[in-house]
Amino acid sequence: MTVTLNPLYRFETFVVGAANRLAVTAAKAVAEAPGTVYNPLFIYARPGLGKTHLLMGVGHAARSINPRLAVEYLTLDEFVEAFHAAIAAGQGEAYRKRFLDVDLLLVDDVQFLTHRREMQAELLRLTDALQTANRQIVLTSDRPPAEIEALDERLIRRFAGGLIIDVAAPDYETRVAILRRKAEERRAAFAEGVLEAVAGLGIDNVRELLGALNRMIAHQAVSDAPISPAEARELIGGTAGRRSGGVEHSEPSVPTAPSEPEPVAAAAVPPTPRGAEQDEFSDFLSEIHATVAQQVDAWRTQIGAAILRWQGEGYRTGRLEALLDSDVAPDPDQAIQGFERDVERLRTMELEAAELAPELAGSPAFRDPAEMSAAEALLLRARNGAVPPPAPSPIWQLADVVEGAGTRVALEAARVVVQEPGARYNPLVLVGGSGAGKTHLLHAIGNLLAGQCLGSVACLSAPEFTAELIDAIDRDAVSAWRQRYRRCVALLLDDVHLIGEKDRTQDELFLLFNLLVESGRQLIFTSATAPAGIAGLEARLRTRLEGGLMVELPPPDPEVREAVVERELIARVGSLDPELAAYLASRPADSVRVVVAQLQRVLNAAEARGQGATAALAREVLDGVPPAPVARKPGANRSSGIVAPTAGGARSREKTVWEWPEIGDRLLEEWR
Amino acid sequence: MSLVNFTAREITCKIVYYGPGRSGKTTNLQYVYGRVPEGRRGRMVSLATQTDRTLFFDFLPLELGSISGFTTKFQLYTVPGQSYYNATRKLVLQGADGVVFVADSQARRFDDNLESLQNLQDNLLSEGVDIRQLPVVFQYNKQDLPTDLILAPAEMDDALNFRAVPSFGADSLHGTGVFETLRGISEMVLKRLAAGTAVA
Repeated sequence: MTVTLNPLYRFETFVVGAANRLAVTAAKAVAEAPGTVYNPLFIYARPGLGKTHLLMGVGHAARSINPRLAVEYLTLDEFVEAFHAAIAAGQGEAYRKRFLDVDLLLVDDVQFLTHRREMQAELLRLTDALQTANRQIVLTSDRPPAEIEALDERLIRRFAGGLIIDVAAPDYETRVAILRRKAEERRAAFAEGVLEAVAGLGIDNVRELLGALNRMIAHQAVSDAPISPAEARELIGGTAGRRSGGVEHSEPSVPTAPSEPEPVAAAAVPPTPRGAEQDEFSDFLSEIHATVAQQVDAWRTQIGAAILRWQGEGYRTGRLEALLDSDVAPDPDQAIQGFERDVERLRTMELEAAELAPELAGSPAFRDPAEMSAAEALLLRARNGAVPPPAPSPIWQLADVVEGAGTRVALEAARVVVQEPGARYNPLVLVGGSGAGKTHLLHAIGNLLAGQCLGSVACLSAPEFTAELIDAIDRDAVSAWRQRYRRCVALLLDDVHLIGEKDRTQDELFLLFNLLVESGRQLIFTSATAPAGIAGLEARLRTRLEGGLMVELPPPDPEVREAVVERELIARVGSLDPELAAYLASRPADSVRVVVAQLQRVLNAAEARGQGATAALAREVLDGVPPAPVARKPGANRSSGIVAPTAGGARSREKTVWEWPEIGDRLLEEWR
Repeated sequence: MSLVNFTAREITCKIVYYGPGRSGKTTNLQYVYGRVPEGRRGRMVSLATQTDRTLFFDFLPLELGSISGFTTKFQLYTVPGQSYYNATRKLVLQGADGVVFVADSQARRFDDNLESLQNLQDNLLSEGVDIRQLPVVFQYNKQDLPTDLILAPAEMDDALNFRAVPSFGADSLHGTGVFETLRGISEMVLKRLAAGTAVA
């Protein structure tokens, strides 16, 4: 007598849309752990929206998880029939026992309980017994319990104590999905737009929708050409239009007149028999109970719905479930709002953590609003564990920068920036030729800023910046890369003139620039040319670079050159030869690096010859003249160390190579 | 008076039967009293004159038991209908959660009904209660009398029920419409409970 589960009615074949997502989530939760959550589960929906499908889906899913589970599906009519047969055979107890052995009881169409008092009492007994034994009961109806006419208020309360949930009509997208899936199941192919056209007709009853599909399949089978969207609309629209709003109530409606003999109607005209008098009050009481239960237990339903929603989104809802267990009615709005606030915070934290460390996305710690501290700890770990941006090199110190007439302004600006980062000169742009000491000064400022321990100081060259960005794009980790720089207290970018024509780098720098400046963090740039002279630099960046303080670092003047040579000599030789120092300082050099390189050449030659470094040796090495002093015209001084001397070509080449400061710079020069 | 007491987990509804003298308010209560199982009803307090007219008020407490963990009690009151007992009526009206206006359907009592309804409005207003905010139902009693003596419920509605609240034809002596009326007012009162809960 009990209908076996229809093998087609499984969760896998149920098309989930916005209208039924909650119900499906609840049904799945029940199938996975019968008797532990939402007991009883009461699903209601208009006919043709999939109640029976869901109900059987619970049975299939529960069985597939635990094949030994005793699952029983029956409609209310069968339930009633079985009861009557059992009573007639004097086997009432056996009937009860039969259902008490069921682990998962699925009862369809309970709206037919209307006016069946003895069946209501039986179902109440059964529900209580199953609940006590932690066994699951799932019921479906075409209307909510409170709207089932003359339903015992105790039953309503039992249902409200579990979960009452409805399945709404499918939206357009779901209808298209349903049609596609069913067409696929039936191996029917339709021209493009046909199923969409049918879904657009507004038939929101799934059963009727499938009827429409059947009609189209049949129609297409007998016609030569595939059916077109317009034809489909005409074919289906003609029938759908005749129904009111396209909604069909194909199932028999609940009988208004009870099929069983009922006690005499209440409030009958007197004289009333004693039993009916009692009933009059009972009816009243039952209705009052139902009304009160509805009002008082409304919060349970509200919280139940919230639990489902958030469980559906993968969050743990223990906090809300605890409320359901408590006997006292809380303020549901407040509880749910509090919960939602925490979920929102978890989401924000998860996003940030995922940017810092992609493997943290989806971590369970970000799914439990009852354990906010765990999520916070994880985020902190991610923040701490994130690779910091490149730091300034410690070998460059401000004390090593030689102060001269040309560098004074730059040094003063550097000191101000270190004293009040982000406040006075923001950005600070140091402009100077190669070897003028820009990089040195930049790193030196960076080291001082880093020494203030306010946070990480990013100091890197523009090409490195671009390379990191390309790598981040390659790894699909641009967000994390951005975050790294956005957390810095200062950004120091060397050779910013090299980002000309690099559009994406400029975009990123622009965003970063705004963010850092607005939050009062210091930006320092170095450039070989003034921003206006950087080819391919977007105006928005150029104006921003020009908006701070631009300081020029000129080639070293004799005063600086002398100071440099003296410092280097003392550092390398340990003593100072004034003549040598004066000679080296007098040689033209457009950068400190050239001065140092010249000194290095002299020292190398001295070491090779096993003699001390002298002014004579220096002249021989640098000018290619014999040690004997030669009277030189002042005009014979070359303008730079890299101009070919009077000696032979081979030496000239060698000299050229020697006088290039560094291979890297040479490459950059050539690249430029 | 608070309708829902979450601390004591108690719901108490005070329902007042109001109307002109001899319209059948006490009869309503007596009928209800007769139908309530003994364990559910308190002692009906009725202070009547020698001619069985209500002198002070009738009071019928109903214990509806525990509903969703709330002990639910209904208190049904009637007021003396005669116009000279207005002080008592005011007193009884205090804290009412709902009012059943029991009108006499006899055509000759038409003016008494209007007067009593006006009196109800005035008394509520003097308590700071707007009758439009209070759950009220009408009961048109004595519908069992010969039709040439009475007005039909529709006519009574036209005369009294200009805000179209629920109304019930009744014969309270025999019980017709008594519980329907009680159910109607209870439902309205309890529905307001939802709004009260949200505030509480």
